[in-house]
Amino acid sequence: MADGDPVDLPAPPDAQNRPRIGVDEWVGQVEDRREHGPRVRLVNAWNELHLAAKLAIFVGPAAFLPFVVSSDYWMQVAVITALYAVLAVGLNVAVGFAGLLDLGYVAFFGFGAYAYTWLASEHFDLHWDATYAIPTVVVASAALGFIVGLPSRRLVGDYLAIVTLFFLFIFNTLLLNADRINIPFKEGSINFTRGPNGISTVDPMSFFGLELRTLDHYFWLSLVTFAVVVGALYLLNESRTGRAWRALREDPLAAELMSMPVNRLKLLAFSIGAAAAGLTGSIFAAQNGSVFPVDFDLTLLISLYAFVILGGAGSILGVAIGAVTINVALELLRTPENASFVFYFLLLVAIVAILRRRAAAVLAGIVVLGFLLRLAAEGVKPSWTTGEDRGLTWVDRLVEDWVLLPTDIARIDDVAYIGLIAAVLALLQLRGFVRLAALVPVLYLAVFVWQNVLVIQPSVARYIMLGAMLVALMAARPQGLFGTPRVEIV
Amino acid sequence: MTPAILELRGLTKAFGGLTCVNALDLEVREREIVSIIGPNGAGKTTVFNVITGIFRPDGGDILLDGASIVGLEPHEITNRGVARTFQTLRLFLNMTVKENVMAAAYGHTKAGVLRSVLRTPGARREEREINRLAEERLSFFGQRLMGYRWNQPAYSLSYANRRRLEIARATATNPRILLLDEPAAGMNPSETHEITELIGQLREEGGYTILVIEHDMHVVEGISDRVVALDHGVKIAEGSFEAVATDEQVVEAYLGRREATTK
Repeated sequence: MADGDPVDLPAPPDAQNRPRIGVDEWVGQVEDRREHGPRVRLVNAWNELHLAAKLAIFVGPAAFLPFVVSSDYWMQVAVITALYAVLAVGLNVAVGFAGLLDLGYVAFFGFGAYAYTWLASEHFDLHWDATYAIPTVVVASAALGFIVGLPSRRLVGDYLAIVTLFFLFIFNTLLLNADRINIPFKEGSINFTRGPNGISTVDPMSFFGLELRTLDHYFWLSLVTFAVVVGALYLLNESRTGRAWRALREDPLAAELMSMPVNRLKLLAFSIGAAAAGLTGSIFAAQNGSVFPVDFDLTLLISLYAFVILGGAGSILGVAIGAVTINVALELLRTPENASFVFYFLLLVAIVAILRRRAAAVLAGIVVLGFLLRLAAEGVKPSWTTGEDRGLTWVDRLVEDWVLLPTDIARIDDVAYIGLIAAVLALLQLRGFVRLAALVPVLYLAVFVWQNVLVIQPSVARYIMLGAMLVALMAARPQGLFGTPRVEIV
Repeated sequence: MTPAILELRGLTKAFGGLTCVNALDLEVREREIVSIIGPNGAGKTTVFNVITGIFRPDGGDILLDGASIVGLEPHEITNRGVARTFQTLRLFLNMTVKENVMAAAYGHTKAGVLRSVLRTPGARREEREINRLAEERLSFFGQRLMGYRWNQPAYSLSYANRRRLEIARATATNPRILLLDEPAAGMNPSETHEITELIGQLREEGGYTILVIEHDMHVVEGISDRVVALDHGVKIAEGSFEAVATDEQVVEAYLGRREATTK
């Protein structure tokens, strides 16, 4: 209570001990009460853990992966996932910490990969040991980040995004065309990138003569890199530099006037992110043994942003988890068996999470609607039930009794698919009970489309599902899984 | 007489054809509290913006301890000992109360990226130092910004406490001169009274020199050693509160001329 408050109001007898609603003390007590839930206690326990313990929880179990996983394919996925996690954490420096929308980030990754290739491949006949090559690449990438940052340091928001995206496109054009660069006072031209053919003679990495030969080795190297980068960025985020970045993200003008050199801090954020990307790039190049321009284009940029957005910009843990989740999910969705399982699981989770107690009614409604339609179809047009169920798992067995399976699906699949999209869009315009009621046929249509069309081509469907997942998440939790919601005062 | 710590000489700032500050001369001496008053649009905040380096002056000079600070980056000016608050609060809303203050210690701390990542003894010591500084600056406001509030986000504070936090944040830059832009705006009478006392305390206990823009004449009367009145960017009066408050030009600037009002 504001001491020395001279306003005379008839006070209730226990006024001394009771904070007023809306006053800081009241806010404090509410926060205090909230702090006793199990979720909050878990979060607090996590926050109090030492950095080493936090890292050990994630990296420790992952280190045993090579002993469990025997397929090369899945080890390759693991390596890429670990590398993408490092990349996402690096992107988070500019985007999450400092609030700079950097759309050129992938170029630093590409630069790192090509720079390592130049230092350690048949291409220029240089075969540097990784012990020297990696630090050189990291420093060069940081310098490139600095140089790109220079013209962009006075830009904010959309303008910065456009300029950095422009840089990514220049970089891609260079990769494709820097195969015949003429240099003054030198006969002939130099081939830097071999254009779209890429360079396929990259040396495997070796440290002090010890060569990394197997995928397992690269996986462990990626894990160590992840631990080092995450550890360093975590400590940096908890230092005066990290605070200054957050201040800059909140209000650049106020930060500048509170003694923080905003331009220098932006350049620093760019450089450090670029260094992490360059480091990842060199491992990527060595592990693949080759580099191609298509590895460093817009597709990767969009994936990286998906990781950051899903995990929650600004949260290192969230971004890393975002990278792992999306990468593994995309791999799982490659085969129809897994795809069906993931589809129904996500659908179920989404329904229960959004509708809570009404979920059971909606689910029952869908099944009842399904049986009714089956009965009607058997009476009127039996060919609508005699089609083949393309799903292969026990989940598909569960639905095949109540979903229409037309024999000549080829004639209606496109219509059904577009109809589903239209229905979902229409559903979003409805409110209240009407929406709940309309949800039943729309979800039924979704199951119908899945079972008849998408389940046989999950390689297409997986991106649709990923997109739907992200849209749903953004609607339900705009700050991402582990992000902190941003509050504006109006 | 103590020497002037901040001196404006013929300071001029125009936006297109509008001259917001016109050939303004102003001296602020060590440990003095000077108020700038004037009707809305008189150019008071523009003076602050020019002093702190947000705008470059079109003419004239700004001397801090006799050395010109014109053309320096805002953060460099802050590092030389000029800190300000904002009329429309500009806190780092999504940072905690304590972090807001800690962030402002950036200018007079040194730990670089490498030292922060390696957590060298020097960097740890500095971090403890920043912590201590923040707690001390926040303790200036009694219990208001202490204890459990340290770890709450700044947006959860009440309006008056946000104003207090801004002052705490400004003092964390270790300034010699504080520019307060309407510290009592939007405050109720008891809070206004408290702010008046606080500004006096800032000088007595913190040793700051204070230049303040204020509309509330009770506050101005309560704190000022000297009052400067601006209208249309021109200084129309300067002196003690009584002298300025009864000055014919000042009254006219606020209320208009008798002839004009009777028409």
